Amino acid sequence: MSSSFAATATTPPHARTRESGWWGMLLFIVTEATIFGILFATYFYLRFKNMPVWPPDGIKQPTLGLPLLMSAFLLTSSIPMHVAELGVKKGKQTWLKAGLALSFLLGAGFLVVMLGFEYPEKLKEFTAQTDVYGSLFFLITGLHGSHVFVGLVMNSWAQVKAARGRFDERHHLTMLNVAVYWHFVDVIWIFVFLTLYFSPRF
Amino acid sequence: MVAIAERLTSIWEETPGLASWLTTVDHKRIGKRYIATAFVFFVLAGLEAMAMRIQLARPGQAVFTPNAFNQLFTMHGVSMIFLFATPILSGFGNYFVPLMIGARDMAFPRLNAFGYWVFFFAGLFMSFSLVIGKAPTDGWFNYVPFALTHYSPGLNIDFYGLGIIFVGISSTTGAINFIVTIFKMRAPGMSINRMPLFVWAVLTTAFAIVFALPSLTVANVLLELDRKAGFHFYDVAHGGDPILWQHLFWIFGHPDVYIIVLPALGIVSTILPVFSRRPIVAYPYVVLGTVAIGIVGFGVWVHHMFATGLPQLGLSFFSAASMMVVIPSGIQMFAWVITIIKGRPVFTVPFLFIIGFIVTFLIGGLTGPMFAAVPFDQQITDSYFVVAHFHYVLFGGAVFPIFAALYYWLPKMTGRLTNERLGKLSFWLIFVGFQVTFFPMHIMGLLGMPRRIYTYQSGLGWDVWNMTSSIGSFVLAAGVLAFIIDYYLSLRRGLPAGDDPWAADTLEWAISSPPPAYNFESIPQVSSREPLWDQPDLPQQIRRGTAGPVLAEGHETVGTSVLDADSEDVLEMPGESPWPLTSAVGLLIIFCALLISHLLLAAAGLVVMSIGISGWLWDTGDVNSG
Amino acid sequence: MRRSRALLLVVAAAAAALLPACSSGSPSTLQPRGPAAQRIDGLWWFMFWIALGVFAVVIGMLLFGLFRRRKSGESVARGGGERAVVLLGIVAPAIILTTLFVVSLRDLNALSAPAKSDAMTVSVIGHDWWWEVRYPQRHVVTANEIHIPTGTQVLLHLSTGDVIHSFWVPQLSEKTDMIPGKTNRMLLEADRPGIYRGQCAEFCGLEHARMSFLVIAEPPSQFQTWLAGESQPIGSVTGAAAQGKRVFLTSTCVSCHTIQGTNADATDGPDLTHFGSRRTIAANSVANTPGNLAAWIEDPQGIKPGALMPPAVVEPRQLQALVTFLEGLK
Repeated sequence: MSSSFAATATTPPHARTRESGWWGMLLFIVTEATIFGILFATYFYLRFKNMPVWPPDGIKQPTLGLPLLMSAFLLTSSIPMHVAELGVKKGKQTWLKAGLALSFLLGAGFLVVMLGFEYPEKLKEFTAQTDVYGSLFFLITGLHGSHVFVGLVMNSWAQVKAARGRFDERHHLTMLNVAVYWHFVDVIWIFVFLTLYFSPRF
Repeated sequence: MVAIAERLTSIWEETPGLASWLTTVDHKRIGKRYIATAFVFFVLAGLEAMAMRIQLARPGQAVFTPNAFNQLFTMHGVSMIFLFATPILSGFGNYFVPLMIGARDMAFPRLNAFGYWVFFFAGLFMSFSLVIGKAPTDGWFNYVPFALTHYSPGLNIDFYGLGIIFVGISSTTGAINFIVTIFKMRAPGMSINRMPLFVWAVLTTAFAIVFALPSLTVANVLLELDRKAGFHFYDVAHGGDPILWQHLFWIFGHPDVYIIVLPALGIVSTILPVFSRRPIVAYPYVVLGTVAIGIVGFGVWVHHMFATGLPQLGLSFFSAASMMVVIPSGIQMFAWVITIIKGRPVFTVPFLFIIGFIVTFLIGGLTGPMFAAVPFDQQITDSYFVVAHFHYVLFGGAVFPIFAALYYWLPKMTGRLTNERLGKLSFWLIFVGFQVTFFPMHIMGLLGMPRRIYTYQSGLGWDVWNMTSSIGSFVLAAGVLAFIIDYYLSLRRGLPAGDDPWAADTLEWAISSPPPAYNFESIPQVSSREPLWDQPDLPQQIRRGTAGPVLAEGHETVGTSVLDADSEDVLEMPGESPWPLTSAVGLLIIFCALLISHLLLAAAGLVVMSIGISGWLWDTGDVNSG
Repeated sequence: MRRSRALLLVVAAAAAALLPACSSGSPSTLQPRGPAAQRIDGLWWFMFWIALGVFAVVIGMLLFGLFRRRKSGESVARGGGERAVVLLGIVAPAIILTTLFVVSLRDLNALSAPAKSDAMTVSVIGHDWWWEVRYPQRHVVTANEIHIPTGTQVLLHLSTGDVIHSFWVPQLSEKTDMIPGKTNRMLLEADRPGIYRGQCAEFCGLEHARMSFLVIAEPPSQFQTWLAGESQPIGSVTGAAAQGKRVFLTSTCVSCHTIQGTNADATDGPDLTHFGSRRTIAANSVANTPGNLAAWIEDPQGIKPGALMPPAVVEPRQLQALVTFLEGLK
């Protein structure tokens, strides 16, 4: 019994379940998602608790132009990231490298629009110190933006590893984790968009 | 047999010396460190409590100024909850979960080391505030707007807000580590219905941390943004809301009671059957009870806010939920008592502490549902009755089991037995001291004494109970002192413990005391809930290398599947590393910088932390990470 | 057998809980003097006896398990016990808790019933660390003493001027928090005349411990007389009192306090119009005697460290006159 077991344990079977590192990343994402969930709940709590008019203090309804452009950048960036992941699993290094690079560019584009155009426009109207609406707006978008930034750092890390040839069909946990984090940040953006830009219309 | 041990030792033993003290990733060394550090915080927080009892022994005393008293009760609560109870149980988990499930380390050994350092630094960070006389003064639940800059200028509250976020990082990494360890690394054959109950409790607790802690973190991030950056989350004048803090705090705060109590209940379910000489009755119900507490605990937070003027419908809902959460605790209570009845009790010191636990936790469990009855809660909340209640729950539900665990597991950790007579003395002093200290507080509360007052007038009927309580606290302290002496003497001249001094059932007793660096010579195949009772020759097989795979090729252990624990994998485990400490130091610099609002210093901390994380990740292979 | 002695100790302590019900002067929830506190007192004893019963059962089982005589060769079974756990751990608690829930819901409904139409409204505003009390219909403002007519519902409007406080008169009714940005309501009613001590129940800073007050319940006619008196501004004063009035009006007192009938109309501190008629100083910290008052004015920190009132810089003779004036404000 024990000898046959030892044999299976030393030769890694093909149909392995998830790696420890994958579980770790998943749980990290669950924690992060909970943080965002609580912030969205806080947003609606504060809006409906005391505020008859939202946004308050004469702040205009958020316009959708720039945020839609940002959405386009970020949501499409998940496609090349997925291509990179498929690439590494199938051993296609070109897919891997091109996918990572393209998703990096799209993610960076999101941050450029956010920091270069969207924020300056908002800051003309209100700041985080104006009232609780401003506080919520800049905290939630800022936190999400910093997650995009972390995603870019992780993406660069994966690119360095990819360039040094450290990934192959069997060794690519970093790549899987970067991809799942990246998709998570994209999905959170949908909720940020719906909450901060879309929901005040109702 | 000797060859296997030598070979594994050469692979697993860490280099001796200071360097390895800083770079260790051994779950046993880290576990001991958690326990020792947390125990120091327990003693400090206990001394803070003694100081308060001295002040309150008689009416109108002015031993401490109001400000000092407020710092004392705040630091007492914060330290007991965040720096003692949670981390010491995490320490037991660190040391014993891998041993109980037959693994050679935690899933992420370096993350484990990082978690310890973060806890240690966060503890220093918060305790430092008391040294400079600027400890937080708003109690452990830190209500706004008192905690906002207008009413609490100075750094006091910032030590709280930042310190809680800081220590929360440690709890979160620890929780993730426990979950993955328990999911992936159980010995082959240890399917989930064979997991020791302590492991179930740690798993449930870890999930509760993952979902509860973010709420506390968010609450404190909002607080610090309000305090340091002029945001308005809690500021009524600009659309904020002070009740928001209470919701966010208690969405964490009530589950946190279970985060503390559940692993302790797991300890009870581990030790009690051993000294009843039979397996626990109704194992599946105890597991369901544990998991149910972890889940229902999230639906009851509003019972801390019954007096805030919420709508009545909401009150009834949370009242019902709060009563429901009693049932899973009741299941466990009767499972323990019936196990004793059906067993053959052996009155060892750990077992005495378990009995002390049952009596005390029972009383806390009986006053608990009273607070679910809304009108009684509205009358009695924030009185000393509450102080009595939660000490019966937390001291009864956690500290008694922690002492039981210390007496039960110290022989495994040190290889030495403690002195039975001194242990019994310690138990009786702690048990009697506890009852004399805290039982009168029920009465004080019923007599209208509010909590958190630094003094009171005589003639209100409170004097004699306060004096009684203060006397009791000294008896209690003497009991803790007796334990410390007992421990010290056992290190000096304790009898050798042997592998299994208690004739226990779980895997940690299959190996030598203290355990070798690699834990198990061969990873055992498990086929029941009480492996050592069902396979008496298992220790021999493990030592001979015939219980299962030896894995003497490298730093390796077995990976298994989540539900059935079928072996799937050989996991490559990382060894000593300087990076966890580097990253934690970076975090410490960041938090100190935030405290004094020094952005340049914060940037420096970020650089240190990035170096730490980069080094860490660069060392990480791409199949298994840590 | 030491165990049973310890147990005896616990039971003795529980029995001792009954004793203080006999002592007087205690703001005891077990000596209810109003309908709400009465109801909660009933709920408490209901729960107490249930808890004691459950305690007895479990401890009885525990003692039996620990000390029952076992035959020397008695074998210990591996399984069993599940049915007992289900019955005692799930079914029995479910029945008890459902009962308790229903009973508590009945009491909750009774306590949160709307005020009767003849209820009198009083506003109480918590401040660091004193209580402002307003009778809106007669424009009466006082502090740290709430006069109410017996047998009449008083609808309290509870709010705060700064941090969260909590209004609690254990002998009369449940407590209710005072929270920035909202006004909470609760009913206060005393069955019989008496002085009932209240205290802030939510931690509110340095002098949370000395933020106390008195509810003075009087027969309705006596209450009406009091209210009529309170609504009057101060009359003219002579002699030392007149000198004291001058001291008051020319010193820092006026930057925080109001006295109706003078041009002192600041509202940071308590209204002093009828100060002389109050029983205590500094939110029930010390009795209202000339000596205590002089000490309080000279050095508030000596009586209540942390109090927000600054020390008044006045000469001894002026202080004497000031005390005479204030104590004369009946």
